[in-house]
Amino acid sequence: MSDDTDDRVGDETWPEVSFQDRMDTVRFDVHERAHIVVDGTVCADCSSRDCVVACPANLFVPTSDGGIVFNYEQCFECGTCYLVCNREGAISWSYPEGGHGVIFRKA
Amino acid sequence: MVDVDAIVVGAGPAGACAAIALARAGHSVVLIERGPFAGSKNMYGGVVYPRILDRLIPNWWEEAPIQRWVTRRSTMVMTGTQALTVDFRSDAWGQPPYNGATAYRPDFDHWLAGHAETAGAQLLTSTTVTGLLRDADGRVVGVRTDRPDGDLTARVVIACDGVNSFLAKEAGLYHHADAKHFTLGVKETLALPKHVIDERFGVRGREGVDIEIIGCTSGVNGGGFIYTNLDTVAVGVVLKLPALAAQALRPEEIIAGMKAHSAVAPLIEGAELKEYSAHLIPEGGLTMMPELVTDGMLVAGDAAAMCLAAGIWLEGVNFAMASGMYAGEAATGALRGGDTSRAGLAGYTRRLADTFVLRDHRKFRRAPELVLSDRVQHRYPQLVAAVAERMFRVDNPNPKPGLRRILAQERRRAGVSRRDLARDGWAGLRTFG
Repeated sequence: MSDDTDDRVGDETWPEVSFQDRMDTVRFDVHERAHIVVDGTVCADCSSRDCVVACPANLFVPTSDGGIVFNYEQCFECGTCYLVCNREGAISWSYPEGGHGVIFRKA
Repeated sequence: MVDVDAIVVGAGPAGACAAIALARAGHSVVLIERGPFAGSKNMYGGVVYPRILDRLIPNWWEEAPIQRWVTRRSTMVMTGTQALTVDFRSDAWGQPPYNGATAYRPDFDHWLAGHAETAGAQLLTSTTVTGLLRDADGRVVGVRTDRPDGDLTARVVIACDGVNSFLAKEAGLYHHADAKHFTLGVKETLALPKHVIDERFGVRGREGVDIEIIGCTSGVNGGGFIYTNLDTVAVGVVLKLPALAAQALRPEEIIAGMKAHSAVAPLIEGAELKEYSAHLIPEGGLTMMPELVTDGMLVAGDAAAMCLAAGIWLEGVNFAMASGMYAGEAATGALRGGDTSRAGLAGYTRRLADTFVLRDHRKFRRAPELVLSDRVQHRYPQLVAAVAERMFRVDNPNPKPGLRRILAQERRRAGVSRRDLARDGWAGLRTFG
């Protein structure tokens, strides 16, 4: 056993890549039109903010004035946000223009 | 006059198989894909069971873009500091006709859609379908796309547009779509040299490993997986949506927790993140399934919630390929008979009901709820691991307590009543028997 290995035992802080580095591994062909639009005024009186926790790309960012800012560029197009959202009309969801959006990698 | 006999929306496994069946029967087919190539929008954990292809592509294993053949299948029960693994290995699964295989979906789906093109289907990539075209009676007669001259008409439309299926929803076929029926799958594809993967996972050549894990999701109902590709390891979790939303932990933090576990960390130490990805899974099974047929349209694959998430069995691509193939065959019959109304297309539901597609879903209809229930998710992993630890621990100078006493003590400690155990045991027998 090397010291290196022993150091890892019981260490709870696994050397994780930063979230931006994580998202930088994903290929996107971003279209100029936002395929998802979030109406932050509807979000203002939402206390649960399920989208902030659940979006795997971490695209829902709470603002200091109690709203939500959404960035569509690095979206997986998965559908989690509109399914967990409990505010009618907060999220307008569609797919990006053909050929655009996330492009998963071949081997 | 219509533009083509059939439009298939979505060039995933369901759409490709539907298009192959239709094109080989001599019909004009347009296969529409919103990504720049078939498979570019598609992601899953990593294992496909392709035997259903025996009919469409004989000896498919000689050409399919497979990473590894799964010859080791492990099931791991995990707590924060413990892991109990049941590990099965079969040499037969490393030889034709094989069983499971790991594959990248962009490779696999691209390959399968290529067969649709070879059969004569016209593949239209980079084209997003934005809605249905319907006549005055509400019958589906085509689709609207985001191309400049974007409307396309057909005698039958097959919606294979994936887990969010806006086409099935627009046609009014979904009555039960609810967040509780969906899980979010998030995955890291981690690069390691092939020989390192072979050594760490105990496999050689094209042999591969499938590890399914329960108890690794930081208290969020779901499960985890580790699959070996040739020179990457796929590590991910599947998380029940309402449970995830109710937690303060984000998906990537839950993966990080699983990766740091002593049963997982040594397998992936030093690996480099090659790709992070996410996708929804329609895990609800029969409970969430939409109506599958309407006038002028069929629904197949994830769009019809065909994923089988039954704990022991975690399948989706095979159900997509089969439902797509049967949809294509039923559409062929309807086109020949000149009747693509709901009645004319009813052969689809008959085919599904006669085969594993609906028979498996009916048989295991209670499984998704049982597998994601709180006791199975949280209390039983704790109980099982605690019993194993006490059983294997040599506690001298104390005498051994005996298995019955260990079981009784740990059952109480895990907060499981005898009645719970009896009830869940019976439910398990009814569900999986």
